[in-house]
This record gives sequence, structure tokens and C-alpha cells, in this order.
Amino acid sequence: MAGMPSALPDGEPVPSDGALPVDALKALRDKPFGAYLHVPFCRVRCGYCDFNTYTLGELGPGAGITSYAATLEREVELAAQVLGEPPEIETVFVGGGTPTMLDAHDLVRMLDALRRTFGLADGAEVTTEANPDSVTTESLAVLRDGGFTRVSLGMQSAVPHVLKTLERTHDPANVGRVVQAARELNLQVSLDLIYGTPGESLQDWRRSLEAAIALAPGHISAYALVVEEGTKLAAQVRRGDVEMPDDDDEADKYELADSLLAQAGYRWYEISNWAAEPDLRCRHNDLYWSDANWWGFGPGAHSHIGGVRWWNVKHPRAYADRLAAGRSPGAGRELLTPAQRSDERVLLGIRRAEGLPIAVLAPGARSAIAGLIADGLIDGPAALREHRVVLTQRGRLLADTVVHRLIG
Amino acid sequence: MARTALQPAATPPEQIRNFCIIAHIDHGKSTLADRMLQITGVVDERAMRAQYLDRMDIERERGITIKSQAVRMPWESGGETFCLNMIDTPGHVDFTYEVSRSLAACEGAVLLVDAAQGIEAQTLANLYLAMENDLTIIPVLNKIDLPAAQPEKYAEELAGLIGGDPADCLRVSGKTGEGVETLLDEIVKQFPAPVGNPDAPARAMIFDSVYDTYRGVVTYVRVVDGELTPRERIQMMSTKATHELLEIGVISPEPTPAEGLGVGEVGYLITGVKDVRQSRVGDTVTTQRGGATEALGGYRDPKPMVFSGLYPIDGSDYPILRDALDKLKLNDAALVYEPETSAALGFGFRVGFLGMLHLEIVRERLEREFDLDLISTLPSVVYQVRLDDGREVIVTNPSEFPEGKIDSITEPIVRATILAPSEFIGAIMELCQSRRGSLRGMDYLSEDRVEMRYTLPLAEIVFDFFDSLKSRTRGYASLDYEPDGEQTADLVKVDILLQGDKVDAFSTIVHREKAYSYGVMMAGKLKELIPRQQFEVPIQAAIGARVIARENIRAIRKDVLAKCYGGDISRKRKLLEKQKEGKKRMKMVGSVEVPQEAFIAALSQDAPEKAKAK
Repeated sequence: MAGMPSALPDGEPVPSDGALPVDALKALRDKPFGAYLHVPFCRVRCGYCDFNTYTLGELGPGAGITSYAATLEREVELAAQVLGEPPEIETVFVGGGTPTMLDAHDLVRMLDALRRTFGLADGAEVTTEANPDSVTTESLAVLRDGGFTRVSLGMQSAVPHVLKTLERTHDPANVGRVVQAARELNLQVSLDLIYGTPGESLQDWRRSLEAAIALAPGHISAYALVVEEGTKLAAQVRRGDVEMPDDDDEADKYELADSLLAQAGYRWYEISNWAAEPDLRCRHNDLYWSDANWWGFGPGAHSHIGGVRWWNVKHPRAYADRLAAGRSPGAGRELLTPAQRSDERVLLGIRRAEGLPIAVLAPGARSAIAGLIADGLIDGPAALREHRVVLTQRGRLLADTVVHRLIG
Repeated sequence: MARTALQPAATPPEQIRNFCIIAHIDHGKSTLADRMLQITGVVDERAMRAQYLDRMDIERERGITIKSQAVRMPWESGGETFCLNMIDTPGHVDFTYEVSRSLAACEGAVLLVDAAQGIEAQTLANLYLAMENDLTIIPVLNKIDLPAAQPEKYAEELAGLIGGDPADCLRVSGKTGEGVETLLDEIVKQFPAPVGNPDAPARAMIFDSVYDTYRGVVTYVRVVDGELTPRERIQMMSTKATHELLEIGVISPEPTPAEGLGVGEVGYLITGVKDVRQSRVGDTVTTQRGGATEALGGYRDPKPMVFSGLYPIDGSDYPILRDALDKLKLNDAALVYEPETSAALGFGFRVGFLGMLHLEIVRERLEREFDLDLISTLPSVVYQVRLDDGREVIVTNPSEFPEGKIDSITEPIVRATILAPSEFIGAIMELCQSRRGSLRGMDYLSEDRVEMRYTLPLAEIVFDFFDSLKSRTRGYASLDYEPDGEQTADLVKVDILLQGDKVDAFSTIVHREKAYSYGVMMAGKLKELIPRQQFEVPIQAAIGARVIARENIRAIRKDVLAKCYGGDISRKRKLLEKQKEGKKRMKMVGSVEVPQEAFIAALSQDAPEKAKAK
């Protein structure tokens, strides 16, 4: 569910062997390396979801669920060839879709392929997303035994009418059961919540937050619902059947989340992510925000290595065919210019609680700092004493404005 | 059938018939003209290009004729060969003066009316002009092939207007050609031949003047007295300027050089001048040597009635706009402009137009032919403001409105004619009343169609009057108007302020009673169009220091997308790059960022719908 948006960007073609420019490869060892595995299957498609995912009936032979792990292994081999001497993997994240639609043994098999080909670093973080209804104590045990260390559960809400609008079919009671089972297996747990669903009151949202906090996971994510083009939800909004989420309402809900979570001992470390302890942060996600390197495996998955971003063909059928023909499944890529990389550093770095060293900003941008402090968007003491740009709560909600003022 | 043509300069006036066709847009004038060209053999069927006479793309797309031309056609009737000059007239309210000059070049007018629709206001106005010029009228109903045609009904209507028997009304179909030969015979029979003195000094009236890239200005004339011949210097009587006559000829249907033009003939002159201002419609052409001393009557300088600021959306296009206006001016004697600066819109031009259609046509040509994207400000008329200290100020732009104590303001008024089915009388009266109109009279043209005559301030007409009229009458009403002097009125300037800063582009001059509704409307529009800022932005409408309407744009609280993972980064950066570009198109009003789109939408008269659709 925290996979990638379904629409791919425009870019230049990827060479058929997937080769990367020499400069990008040189940067491979400068930063931690991670792997994202995309599982493009769901039992049903939720109305708000625009991720690259398919229900089982949609896919023909050769691209289906049973052969998926084998197909993905081919891309793992291709990655090893492209990267030459493959780096050790620090973090693995399996997202979707609903990864737990696959048999737990298949998920372990994919992880094994990575371990075999790249090697996993000591203490590597290995997360899978999971739907509360599609895991059992047994399947969690298989995952744990196979090397998974963390589950990220799509709880979304504790309120039945909100789940219904989201077309989430899971039983809210199952969330507690799975959290309990995971904890017993020593797996770290994250709960993912969504706010701003049409019809959700501030009270509903408080109820969901309190329910999540009561389960005491190590990590909580809270995302504002975004009505993406092309989803069923977008069509409902257009028809006037449901109301478009309102920015002010979402701002209220963000502030409520931030304050309830803080009271419960969770600290924000990225705009939408809170952790009970610094070492319970999601290291894989941190990789995205710190300009590190990762290979995204699977249809529609995005990768980044040393200033090259690329993305795979979207459809599992096309993806499987490319790999079967010995070709890279890459659909397009961009070779970032230094200016683009520097914009990205600001854009991503500012989202983190560590913030952005003022020294990395262009000299012109530094003149914006005083104004941002005055407007209450960035933290004054952090800027003065630590020379870092750290967003205030108001600044987190207006992060795009801050980015514009820093680079515009 | 077509016959051997008579030669220009050797055609006795008795063999000449000069006529025009008066018709409403869509009533089939061009189709009928095409059919005449074909039947007289001037254009063969294969070479026939639909609507041959309308040369400009815009005209063709809009189905209207802006520039007239004259075509010479041979026709044999009763065993004699005649020369028919068909003078095409522009067909819109803004070009009344040009129409009047085209009519003055004719002895007869074919009054062409759609047999399914009846006469329209503008046709009626031109009919009055034709009758004032003592033209003989042949009423003709067109499109009799249409199933919806009601020739009996509309023949009665026409007979009621011009006198005569409904049975005398000709019936044709430009599309099938039915009745067109009869019409050509009737033109010969009914229209008088031109009369003039062949031995007098030459006098020819300019009824059109067109700039051609290759040939310079092509001047269309009707010779009244004497004769014009090639290689003879000519003189424009209004300016006394003399020019060499490089070429003289007739259009049939392409320009064909001739030995000259005699009494009653219609043709073109090429003198090598490059600007239509040197060859003005309505002026009299004579010969430099032994020329006439008295000009033909009726010449008038074109006078702009409506002013609007035109600004390039991309400020760096300003030189292109300037060059484009300079080029259009060559072909448009009525176009006037001067540089203007707006705090909100940057560098542009204050442009004067004959009316709203003229404005639209010029704007469209600038955008289409010169690839410019433009913003035009709210159109304004010409006000005369008299101050208490006796000073008088002419105001064509609200920003010129004087600050001092005002004694009186006068505004231009028009005499408007509206034709509509009688069921809409109430709706039209309501509209005209709300636009400060006063009814001068009303007549039934037929059982269920009325002609309503109103005096209205021009300022009320330039602001979406025609669209309102159309929508209130389900498109059935037609409108024509002509200037009718000035009146004093209780007018005020309304300013729009963003966070206390005036936005010059939104200032307007309105009647005191309309000030509030303008203020509410504009403040409401801007509230929808201006994105929320980091701080609250009050929008105020004010007369002087007095605030009459107010809205608030609440401060923005959230602009960030909650999630940003691996697959979101490229998309997010691209969005940022796009927003950076967009920022360049932001105009600062004080500390408020206003996207250019907001100016465009707020200044376009249909903006509320667009804003809602967003």
C-alpha cells in the first residue's frame, strides 16, 4: 500500500541491459543500499488507491501470483550483473499491493534471493507491509524465521464507517490480534493510519489514534488521504457523491495526531512518521529521504543509484515478459542534474526531524532563513545553534512553502 | 447565362448596375454571392471556393465579413449586356460607418432575409441606412429550400417595412440556385443606372482600403464623375496628399488591370502607399492635375468608442505586441493605441476600438497571426470628467480618473434597436432597465415580432450586454446600436484592494447604483481565484476611501503531501519544478502573490462559471 503511484513519470529510455552510467556506480558505496520489493496483488482494489496493483483475476498466465517470486528473482540476478560487485543490503522493504497475498514462503524465497545475491548486512531491517486479515500467527512465524524483522500493518482507521468509505475490508479487531502475535515473535510493528477520509470527524480520527496508541506499536505513520486522479474515489468526488478532503480539516487532524502521539511518547522523525524510540524508526524510509541508494524490484518499482532514478514497466505481464526475454524491465529513467539533486536534497531532507544543514543550501537561499523563523515555519534555536533547518509543526504542514522559499 | 464582358473604361453608365446585399450573419449572403459569381460565369464551378468573397480566416470561421470587396460580373438581360458590380458590405454594428460608405457606392440594395428566421436588428439598421442613401431595395427571401421556411410570413414582414406588395418579394435559394437568375434580371430592371458627369474633374469615393503585403494598400473606389486612368497622379481630398497611380483595375474575381475607370464604375487603385491611413474610407480621390475642388460628402474620421488595455502574458513579448499592432494598423484605419503601464500587468498598450466586435477581432488576430497570449482589461468608454475647479479631464482608463472634487461626468450613449419575438418583451425591458436604458419606442413588425428602441449608456453595452440579451431571449433577439451623443450620469470609480493595495487592472467606472454589485462580484471572483497565502488576505472594493464590499482569503494551513516515498520523488520534484515556473507567472500585489491566470479569469466576463468548474 505504500508502494508507488500508478502513473509513471516521463523520462529517457533505459538501456535494454539495464546498464547504469559509470558515475552512478561509483557512488554506490557512498551511502547505504536498500532493496524495495513490490508485490502488485490485492484481493480487492480499495477506492482511494492509485498504486500499481492488480486483483487476481486481472492477470493472465505467467504474470500471476504463483510464478511471481520466480519472476522477481530474475530481476535480482539482473541487478547483480548491472551493479558488478553488489553491495550489502542494509534495509529491505516489501510493499504493494498486499505483499501478504503471497504465501509467506514466497516472501521468504524473495528475501533469500537477495541474501544469496547481495548479502544482508548485520542487523539489516527487513519489513513487509501486511493486511491485518491476511496474516496469521503461523505466517508471521514463517516470516520471522525467514529473516523478516518488522511488519507494517495497514490499519488505516479504527472506525467502521471510515473503513467502509476507504473500502478496507479488514476486521478492526484483527489489528490487535496481529500486533500481539508480532510482538510475541519479536517483530517490530508499525501501524499505518489515514486521516481526512470523507465523512471522518475529528472525533473519529481521535478514536483511531487512541486505538493505535493503545496497541503500543513501536512506530506509527499517519497519511492524509489524497484523492488521486483515476481512482474510484476521484470519480465519486467528481460526481459529488463524497466530499473532497478539506485542507483545513486535514491540518486540524495532523495537529491532533502530532499532539496525541507526542503525549504517548512518540516523536516525529519525518512529516508523516512517528517512532517510540530513535532505533524504531523505519531505516528503509530514511534511505529515501537521505539521498541513499536503493533498487526497486517488481513492476512499476522505482530505483535510485547515484543520481539516476529509474522505474520499471508497470504491468506485471510486460514486466515478466521483459525479464523472460533477458531484458531490463526499466521503462524510463532520469539522470539528475546537479541542480536537480540539490533541489531534491532540500525537498526530501526538510521532511526529517534532523532537518537540513544550512551549509548545504545555496548562499542565496540562506537569506530566506530569517523570514522562515519569523513566520514560525522553522525552528529558531535549531537554526541559530545547530545551523540546521528544522520544521516547526506549522512548517511541517506548509513544507512545500518552505521548500519554495528555500530554493524558489 | 454569362456573356462577353464589357470593358472597363468603355462601359456606358446605362449598362452598369452597382448594388450590395444587406443581410444578417448566417442569412446566406456569401452563398448567394457565390452562386451569382458562378451563374454569371465569373468563377467556374471547379474553381469555386465556398464563400469566395470572405477572404480572411477569422471571417470565414465566424461567418462574418469584415472587409468589403467589389466584384464585377457580366450579365445579359433583354438582349443587352450589362456590368453588375456587387459591393460586399461588412456586416456588424461596429462597422456602421464602413457600411454606410459601401452603400453610398451603390444605387440598389438586395435585402436578403432568411425565410426561416425573418429580419434581424442589424439588417434593419442597414436597411435604414440604405433607405437614407435613397437606394432602391429589392426584398429577397433566401433559403426557401429549408423545411422551416415561412416565406409568406416574412414576405409580409418585409412588405410592412419597405412598402409594396408581399407578392413582389423574390424567393431564392443560394444553395440550389433557384431564383438567382430572376434576381439578376430584376437587378438590371429595378436598380437605377449610375449618373455622373463624364466631362467633370474626376471624383471617386473610397469605400474600402485594404493592406496587402505584396502590393501595399489596395483602395476600392466608386467613380462618380470624370475618369481615372493609369500613370496619372491622384490626390486624396481630405489630406491633399498626392500619389502616383501604379495600377487601376477591376476585380472579376481576381484583380485585373484596366485602361481606367469611368463614370459609375467600381474598381481598385494601387498607389504604393503602405498604410490605410493614407487612403481612408469615405475620402474622395481626384486627379492632381485639373482635379475637383469639392469633395463628395460624407467623409468622417473613424472614432474609437471603446478602450481596453492589452498586455502580453509573457512580459518579454511586449516588443512583439508593439510590432504586431504596428502591422495591424496598416490595415485598420480605426485602430489607435498608445503604450500603457499597469502595476499589476506590466507593460502593454491602451487600445481604442470602434466597438466590442472590433476589439475581439483585433485581439484574436494578434493572438492568431502573431502567436501572442494576451490579457485584456475591462473595456472602458470615453468619459468627460469636469472638476469643481472647472478643469475637464478625458478619461479612457479608470486610472486616469481624477482625484479632486468632481462637478459632473458625461458618458457616451447609444440608440439601440432590438428585434425579438414578442414573448421576450418583458425580459428585454427588464434587462434594458437594469442597464439604465430608457425606452424610446416599440413597434410590431409582424404579429409576433417587435422592434424595441432604447437609449442606453455605451458603457452598459460593452459589458456583456449582448450575451445577456441572447441568453434571456434564447438567442432570438438581435441588436444594433449607433452613437447618440452624451449624457451626464452619477458615475463613480470603484477600486479593488488586496491587503490594502489597489489593483489597477480591476478598477472600473460604474454608475453609483452598480458600484456595490460590481464590488461584491469582483471580490467574490478574486476570493475564488487567488490561492490562499500564508497570511489572511482581505479583498476590498472601495469608492475612494469608503469600502463597499469585502471578502477574506483565509490563510493557508497545509500544502504538503503527507507521503513521499521512493516512487513519489520524481513526481514531487517535477511538480516543484513546475511550480517554480508558475512562480515566474505570479504577479506581486503588495505582498500578495496573484497568479496571472487569476487576472485572466477575473477580467474575462464569463469568469464566475470557469471558477466554479475548477
